[in-house]
This record gives sequence, C-alpha cells and structure tokens, in this order.
Amino acid sequence: MQMMIEDKPPLRLRLAAMGFDSVTLLALPAVLFVLALFVYPFIYGLILSVEPKDGAVWYTNYQAFFSDPFLYGTIGKTLRLAAPVTALCVVISIPIALRVRWMRHQRLLTTILVLPITLGTVLIAEGLLNYMGPQGWLNRTLITIGLISGPLQLVHNYWGAFLGLFISIFPFTFLLTLSYVTGIEPALEQAASTLGARPWARFRHILLPLLAQGLAVNFCLSFVQAFSVFPTAVLLGAPAGSTRVISIAAYTAAYEAYDYSLASTIAMIMAAVQLVVVAIILSSRGLLYRGPMGGAKG
Amino acid sequence: MTGVSHDFRKLRLDCVSRSFGLHNALRDVSLEVARGEFIALLGPSGCGKSTALNCLAGLLPLTGGGIWLDDTRIDRLKPEERGFGMVFQNYALFPHMSVEKNVGFGLRMQGRGKAEIDGKVAAALNLVRLDDQRHKLPGQLSGGQQQRVAIARAIVIEPSLVLMDEPLSNLDAKLRLEMRAEIRRIHNLVGSTTIYVTHDQDEALSLADRIVVMRDGMVRQVGRPDELYGRPSHADVAEFMGYRNLLRLSVTAVTEGMAEVRIEQANLRGSLIGAARTGDIAIVAIRPDDLTPRIGGPIRATVNSAEYRGRDFYGIASTGSGQELFFRSEYRVAVGEVLDLGADPQRVLVYPGEARPPVS
Repeated sequence: MQMMIEDKPPLRLRLAAMGFDSVTLLALPAVLFVLALFVYPFIYGLILSVEPKDGAVWYTNYQAFFSDPFLYGTIGKTLRLAAPVTALCVVISIPIALRVRWMRHQRLLTTILVLPITLGTVLIAEGLLNYMGPQGWLNRTLITIGLISGPLQLVHNYWGAFLGLFISIFPFTFLLTLSYVTGIEPALEQAASTLGARPWARFRHILLPLLAQGLAVNFCLSFVQAFSVFPTAVLLGAPAGSTRVISIAAYTAAYEAYDYSLASTIAMIMAAVQLVVVAIILSSRGLLYRGPMGGAKG
Repeated sequence: MTGVSHDFRKLRLDCVSRSFGLHNALRDVSLEVARGEFIALLGPSGCGKSTALNCLAGLLPLTGGGIWLDDTRIDRLKPEERGFGMVFQNYALFPHMSVEKNVGFGLRMQGRGKAEIDGKVAAALNLVRLDDQRHKLPGQLSGGQQQRVAIARAIVIEPSLVLMDEPLSNLDAKLRLEMRAEIRRIHNLVGSTTIYVTHDQDEALSLADRIVVMRDGMVRQVGRPDELYGRPSHADVAEFMGYRNLLRLSVTAVTEGMAEVRIEQANLRGSLIGAARTGDIAIVAIRPDDLTPRIGGPIRATVNSAEYRGRDFYGIASTGSGQELFFRSEYRVAVGEVLDLGADPQRVLVYPGEARPPVS
C-alpha cells in the first residue's frame, strides 16, 4: 500500500481560492455598520417581542395580535393602501420615464419630479390638506364654477391617504425606473423598428422584457417604503378607520399603552409581511430575463 | 406590412440634407443605386456617412431633399414602414431572445405563420452558418457569431435594401477579413442591394461595386473601386485613398493630359486631373508604393528612417528644402543615404492647386 501524502497549500491560498483575501477586509466597516444598526436592533426587537410584559408564554403577544381584529385587520388595511399605490407608481413611471429619457431638459424635469422627496411626507400631507380640504382651493373652485354644490370629501379618508402616499412614493419609483430605462441600448429599439415593429410592439417585445427585472426590484423597494406609511395615513387618512395601518397599531402599543413588547411584536409581523411580499415578487423574477441590457460584448 | 415595393429598379437620393442645429451633417447628397448593387459609403469619421445611412433607414428625418424608390417617395415613411434591413455597428441583438427568436423577430412582426417563420429562420441561420447556435442567447456568442446573427436577422425579412453601419469595426483583424468575404458571399447569394458604411478603404475596395467617398457631409466622388484607387478626382479624396505624398508644387508645362511640375531643381511628370496652366500651383499626389529610388529619379532626398515590412522597405526621406516624402524601396536603404526618387508619370497625379486644403 502506498501512503498518499497530501500537500495542502497554505491557508492563505486556500482562503483566496474561496474569495477571501486582504481586499475582503475592506468590507469590514460595512459589515460592522449593518451589524450595529440593523442586525442588533432587529434581534433586540425579536427578543423583546417574545418576552411579554406580564411574563406570560413567549407567543402571548403574537396570539393577542392575531385574535384581535382591531390589530390583525391593520395588515389588510396597510396592504390595501400600499400595494395599489406602489403598483400605480411603477406603472405610471414607465411611460413618463420613456418620454423623459429623450428630453433635452431631462435634468430640470427630473428635479421637479423628485422635489417631493426633499419635502418630506408631513409637508406634502399638510399641503394636500390645505389644497383638498373642505375649505381648500380645489373644492372652492369646483363650487364657484358650479361643478359641485357642496364640498367633496377628499381628505381624512382612504383616497386622501392614497394620494398623499402616491405623491411621496412616486419620485423614488420614477428615479429608479428612469435609471433602468436609460440603461437600455437605444439601438435595440431602432433595430426593432427597422424590422417592422410599431411602437407598441417595440414596448411589448423589447423594452418590457428588458425592464421587467428592474421593475420587480423597483416594486419591492417602493412597496417596503409604502408599507411603513405613517404620517400620511394619520394626517390625510382616517387613522381610526380605513387607514389604520400597521405602523399606527405599533405606535399605539408603544406610546399609548407603553407595551414595548407588543409594539415589537407588531414590528416583527410588519417585517414578516414585507418579507413575504418581496419574496413572492423576487421569486417570480426567476421567470424573467436577467442579463445585460445591451447586445454586444464589452 | 411593408409600405414599399420589393422589385424596385432604382433607389434615388435627391439633394438629401440633414442638419443638427447649425451643423450640416449632410449637404445635398444625390445618388442613384441600381437594384443588386453593393455600394460603400466611405469617409473619415464625421463625414456624414452614418447620418446618410440613418436617414435611409428612417431613423433620422431629413431636413431637405427626398429619397425615392422608383416613383415612390419614402423619406416620410417610418422605419417600420420601409422594410429595409439594417445591421448596426454594435449589432443591437435583442439580449433576452435566443438566436432563433432574434432572427425570426422581423417575420413575427409581419404576422407570418409559425411554419413559414421556422423555415425561413432555419434557412437564414444556415446561410450564415449558425445552425447549431440557434438556441443560445446573444451574450453566449462570440463577436463574429453575433455579427452573423445580426446579418441573418436583417436579410431574413427579404428587404429591398440592406443597410450596414460599420459592421466589422468591433471585430479583430482576422475575423474582419473572414466576415468581409462572408458579407460579399451573402450579398451575391441573396441578390440584395446593400449600402455599406465604412471608414476603411480596404473594406470598401474589396467589397463594393461602387464607392461613394464623402467628406464634410458632401459626396466627393462616386466610382468603381479601381477608378477611386487609380484616379481620385480630388486631392482630398486622393489623400484618403492612400496617396500619402501631397506636395504643393508649381506647374512648369502642360501637354494634353500631362503636366510637369518643378520639384527642387528638377522636373517631375505626372497625369493632370482637372485643368491647370503653366505657372499655377498644383497639388501633386503620389502613393508611397509608387515613389521608389531609380536611376535618373528627379527627386534627390536623404533617408530619415526606413523599416522592413516583408518583401519591401518603406521609409521617409527629406528633400533639400526639408519636404518629407514617403517612399518604397526594393532593396535595403540606410539612414543618411541619398536617393534619387521617382515615379511613373501615370502614377503621379497633378491636381489644380487652389482647391480645398487636404485633410489634416
């Protein structure tokens, strides 16, 4: 029998083969950042959520949440607000981005569209209250020109929150869509048109398949933002009724009932719902084309 | 679907102009192309040749003039209504579609049946020798293969006109030569009419039936490759066609088609292109290949540098007045050696002098 003596390469080489070398250390600050500001608070909240205030069994809070329609109903209400708003943002951003990419004053228009981001949701909500409230310009104008006889109820309901959320989410969605749209090689559309494809066919067969991947990611990012809606739902919506979103429930638990444990539970459930939605979107992404958006190599 | 007829006799560009703001990319370009011809638009970058191609494809609207296919005016038609096939410089293959789907795209847009599409796609892929790559995505193909997919995609719709925009510029030298032959083979086999944009004179000379030399948005000369190579009509065309020696000299005698010019202390005979009189300043163009050391060569020059390029030596020599000349020599020359250079009068082209300044 011959003894095999394995000559192992030094540790450094073996690590390098797996993709770890001194350059990998550069990721360290980012890793620490994520650990300190995301992973630690998350785990802290998770632990808090399974330690109920009165020392009961660990799942007491979760049981309480899912047995009280006033609490578990917030999931549906939040989804009913966040999902359509996000979908509308994504859909509307596509034609606008397709148009804007050929404009000469693209930056100006982009700046105007993006301005709401810098204003913050509270300012937008206050503005809309003034504009669309019973005594606002809109209602007064409509009454003056005789289109309506009494003021329309446009705020402090579902549609008020819907519009407010749309205005605060849209710029973000639009910017992402614009960057995906401008990433598509213009020659592809030109090629399609020389091959007889009319505008709708070019969109349907060339642009949409290439954008789908980006739009899915865009939907996820916008949705997560929309799902955590708080000021808009309180100021423009009906926080005791149709827009009692999940973050309001968490706020109430934490700062009105001083039950941090229940509040943490609600936050965990909120995270879980977001995760489920994102997972559904991203897993269906596997069906989509993911690759470079230009034809040629290098 | 296609708004233009297939069996045209003649494509006509009538004073086509295109300007971008104040910049005139095309000025009054007129050209007639017969069916089945292979035309090369040749010129340095920025000469307007790609603009001309985009105008033909309908991707750029004209600012003046018209494009006619026999008696049909087509310059107001959208690209999707013209039915021309175009091969783009970067191929513009649809990255999310397989080779087969890319090639079949035009047929699908025409609403053809599946059986017909499959048959034609298979034939086109066979023509460009890519039968075994049909299920791959463009990103999995080499540059040359992508190029062939782009050609197959353009010709499968049996276009009345095939437009090619520097299709070989992204390939390496060896592949370029292969694809050049391939493009000509396909053109002959399909019997299409091709307009081919390039800045490479070798490509234009070897591919085209006729070459259109462009500069500053204008057509400078249209002719067969041998005409352009042997007798460029203007000094700037000559420079672009490889006449590297361009000398400003005074005319000492003119006799039926020939002219004599004064160089240093001697006279040089050449073929006069255009009109000139004794005493005029002329531009004299000579290819480095035609300027060789010979007994009784009228130009005395000292060798500055020389390099061996297989078979022959090529070098630079300067005359007594400091004029630099590119020359060829069949035997080894040394730096500092004094040569008597000369060229056949047929190979020395004399242009009237106060024309356009040569290309810098």
